[in-house]
Amino acid sequence: MLEHLLALQVVLPLMAAPLIVLVRNRDFAWLATTAVSYVCLVIAIALFSRVAESGPLSYALGSWPPPWGIEYRADALSAFVLVLVSLTAAFVAPYAQRSIAAEVAPDRQYLMYAMYCLCLAGLLGITVTGDAFNLFVFLEISSLSTYVLIALGTRRKALVAAYQYMLMGTVGATLYVIGVGLLYLMTGTLNLADMAERLQAVDELRPVLAALAFITVGIGLKLALFPLHQWLPNAYAYAPSMATAFIAATATKVSVYVLLRFYFTVFDPAPIFERLPTREVFIALSVAAMVTASLIAVFEQDVKRLFAYSSVAQIGYITLGIGLENQASLTGSITHLLNHGVTKGAIFVLLGGVVLRAATPGVTVAGLAGLARRMPLTAFGLVIAGLSLIGVPGTAGFVSKWYLILGAIERGLWWLVLVIVATSLIAVAYVWRVVEAAYLRPSPDSGRREAPAGMLVAALAMAALCVYFGFDTSFSVGGAAEAAELLLRGTR
Amino acid sequence: MTLALCLLIPAAGALAIAAAHRRPNLREAASLIAAAALFAAVVSLWWPVMAGERPSLTLGEILPGLALRLELEPLGLLFALIASGLWFVSGVYSIGYMRGNAETHQTRFFVCFALAIASAVGVALAGNLLTLYLFYEALTFVTYPLVTHHGDEQARRGGRTYLALLLVSSMLFLLPAMAITWWIGGTLDFTPGGILAGKVSGGAAAGLLALYAFGIGKAALMPLHRWLPAAMVAPTPVSALLHAVAVVKAGVFTVVKIVIYVFGPDFGTSAFAWLPWVAGFTIIAASIVALRADNLKRRLAYSTVSQLSYVVMAAALLAPLSLAGAVLHIAAHAFGKITLFFAAGAVYTAAHKTEVSQLDGLGRRMPWTFAAFGVGALSMIGLPPFAGFVSKWYMVAGALQAQHWAALGVIVASTLLNAGYFLPILYKAFFKPHSGPGSGKEAPWTMVAAMVTTAALTVLMFFWADLPLALARSLI
Repeated sequence: MLEHLLALQVVLPLMAAPLIVLVRNRDFAWLATTAVSYVCLVIAIALFSRVAESGPLSYALGSWPPPWGIEYRADALSAFVLVLVSLTAAFVAPYAQRSIAAEVAPDRQYLMYAMYCLCLAGLLGITVTGDAFNLFVFLEISSLSTYVLIALGTRRKALVAAYQYMLMGTVGATLYVIGVGLLYLMTGTLNLADMAERLQAVDELRPVLAALAFITVGIGLKLALFPLHQWLPNAYAYAPSMATAFIAATATKVSVYVLLRFYFTVFDPAPIFERLPTREVFIALSVAAMVTASLIAVFEQDVKRLFAYSSVAQIGYITLGIGLENQASLTGSITHLLNHGVTKGAIFVLLGGVVLRAATPGVTVAGLAGLARRMPLTAFGLVIAGLSLIGVPGTAGFVSKWYLILGAIERGLWWLVLVIVATSLIAVAYVWRVVEAAYLRPSPDSGRREAPAGMLVAALAMAALCVYFGFDTSFSVGGAAEAAELLLRGTR
Repeated sequence: MTLALCLLIPAAGALAIAAAHRRPNLREAASLIAAAALFAAVVSLWWPVMAGERPSLTLGEILPGLALRLELEPLGLLFALIASGLWFVSGVYSIGYMRGNAETHQTRFFVCFALAIASAVGVALAGNLLTLYLFYEALTFVTYPLVTHHGDEQARRGGRTYLALLLVSSMLFLLPAMAITWWIGGTLDFTPGGILAGKVSGGAAAGLLALYAFGIGKAALMPLHRWLPAAMVAPTPVSALLHAVAVVKAGVFTVVKIVIYVFGPDFGTSAFAWLPWVAGFTIIAASIVALRADNLKRRLAYSTVSQLSYVVMAAALLAPLSLAGAVLHIAAHAFGKITLFFAAGAVYTAAHKTEVSQLDGLGRRMPWTFAAFGVGALSMIGLPPFAGFVSKWYMVAGALQAQHWAALGVIVASTLLNAGYFLPILYKAFFKPHSGPGSGKEAPWTMVAAMVTTAALTVLMFFWADLPLALARSLI
């Protein structure tokens, strides 16, 4: 019975989208999106607790048993990511009404909701499917809907940003599908678990290595792995605020999931993983992302772009854990998927409120002057989420960073410990530019105009989660540790 | 139970202060009531701790094996007593100062003040390194609004230095040190005898000690001392309580705590050999800077830098007597230095003077203020019958016990330097003729009362030295 939830998780938002387009009413659209988001969250939590209790769940689509049919599958890792995605959706969508109404033309608003549902369906689908090609389909669903979401932004530059992302995203998806094609050629199967098994028997290594490279670069584009991150800052900066909040918290995280899935479930058991300096490459790219993107953020004037570059740096932390490849570091990575998702979600929803109340569509750091006076709760929320971004103890960010440091120590890479803490310090620099502007610069006008209550509640709830996951880690670290164990079991 | 109260009272106090923001008298009453209640709660823990109990409380497990845990031992009790007791006194003082100088944002000031005390008490009660680190960092962030209270360019710059140095040290050095300790020792719980005893030695131990010593930026070991003078842009009560007591004492307290409970008093002096030299250098260098500083608060700040290194140096000698001296000096310096800052604030409020060179003849116009200043200054120099003498006595004895002649030399030399930068102030105030305009009144009575109280404590600690000494003894 519970297995049907696996299908329902994806089908619900997928069906909601055409329904919204048919009805073409923005209030209905909002209602449907809200309902879908909440139901998806309930389903994800049900799946997570079920998987935690009794192991992986599998669902054969159309009753075609795997490996012939498409298998939907939830294990410790995918259930964790499902919760992350649907949690963010449930926090963002229901409160998006005011922000969307202000930023998107009235006759296009239903489209925004429809795309939002499609994107959600795509992301959940990627996570839940056990089939490499089906994964590609969902990747495209989520990507195409994301392009539209970005293009719906108010500024003309949104079109350029969407176009830029579309070009790079399409290249990424193409590379991915070439990689999958090569793997299919060598194994004759598309089911991920089956593929992993058959890869062990493959002697011809070159095509498999090529597949690994194609998939790494393809997915690397989607997850904004340095230096393939060029699309991200513009996309985040010019998309409608709510779209940014949702995409920032989920899209790159799901791509990381795909990478983890391929690296540890599909490739790692095969003998090829040791032949390429994958680890070294990942560590080098992650460090480059952490350092350069953080430094760019320090000098960025546009607040949304500032936090977008911060995202590139934070993705560096996540991929660093993959490169270190041990229990502690992977736990750190997977925890950081959630922790960073919640943190950035909070920040971008709060910034959505700021944009809503600002006269201009873009907000610069200087434009935040006196924010604490105009929007005290928003400013306070930004401080809390900012502390989590830095990784101050007592916030979610600290927990993931702690595990990454342990992972680096375990590998004996002392210089890496230094890099991790040093980049946290750079985070202090860019977060504090915002804090200083908000609290210590005089406000141009003294009127007090807080963000709409709904958005504020959602954002502050996410900020509260940043603190909550800093103290109670039984879900975040507990789930992540289990997932990391599952991934590493394949390698031993 | 009482342990939880010790954290809840100042936190609830902060809420009450915020709630009463429209009624200043009620707000200040909330501040004082919370301070008195906290002090009573901490005092009530004296007897169980002296009887050998170690009350503890686990607030929940953050990570597997790493709990948020409170455990009170004698050293923590001493720090908690100082922080909570002086909160009340400085609360009284702040009321006079903030109103006397018509400062803005008074509610924010008192709220952050209460939160800073909560964090300091959290540092004092921490039962493991992670909990301590959590409150240690919290202390940095809640004092930031106090440092930047005036909100002008100077405050922003001071605040930046403050935050940058404290976070650079704690994130770059202390956090990795903690992770390495966890990796080597498998626990972060403070263990009598030391977590690392017998587990690490030689260069690795010295390196780890360096990470800790420089990681605890609040102890202001050179070259990481610059935040302390930078923080002097804050209103004087902040300098008094936080940068003479709560924040800097959290620093040296952490150093002593780590020496005793992470490395252990029997760790072996080889890994510690370098630390007395760095601390000794800081003592002398900071004293020389103080000698040349004309701004009164700046002079006091550098005096603090120098006095803090006394504690670090004494702890690093690892001799039982010097450890006792380190513990006593935490208390002695707190009483003396808060008196000095109170006096500096009173001079600013009553006469609007900030520089040493402007103090001529003020002693006769503000006799109470300068009498208190004199008590604080003589205690800093280490003369009887003041608290500073007791701690210095033990530190000298400790240096002899460890046969560390350089440390002995540093103590003697710095005593002379202390006299060199404090006595001229007293001479100017009492014996030079008054010049220039300016009113000739004392500061508001609440400020004078607070000052006299802490000056009296400085004297009382000399006569009742056995109370803090009992705590110090039960440590070693």
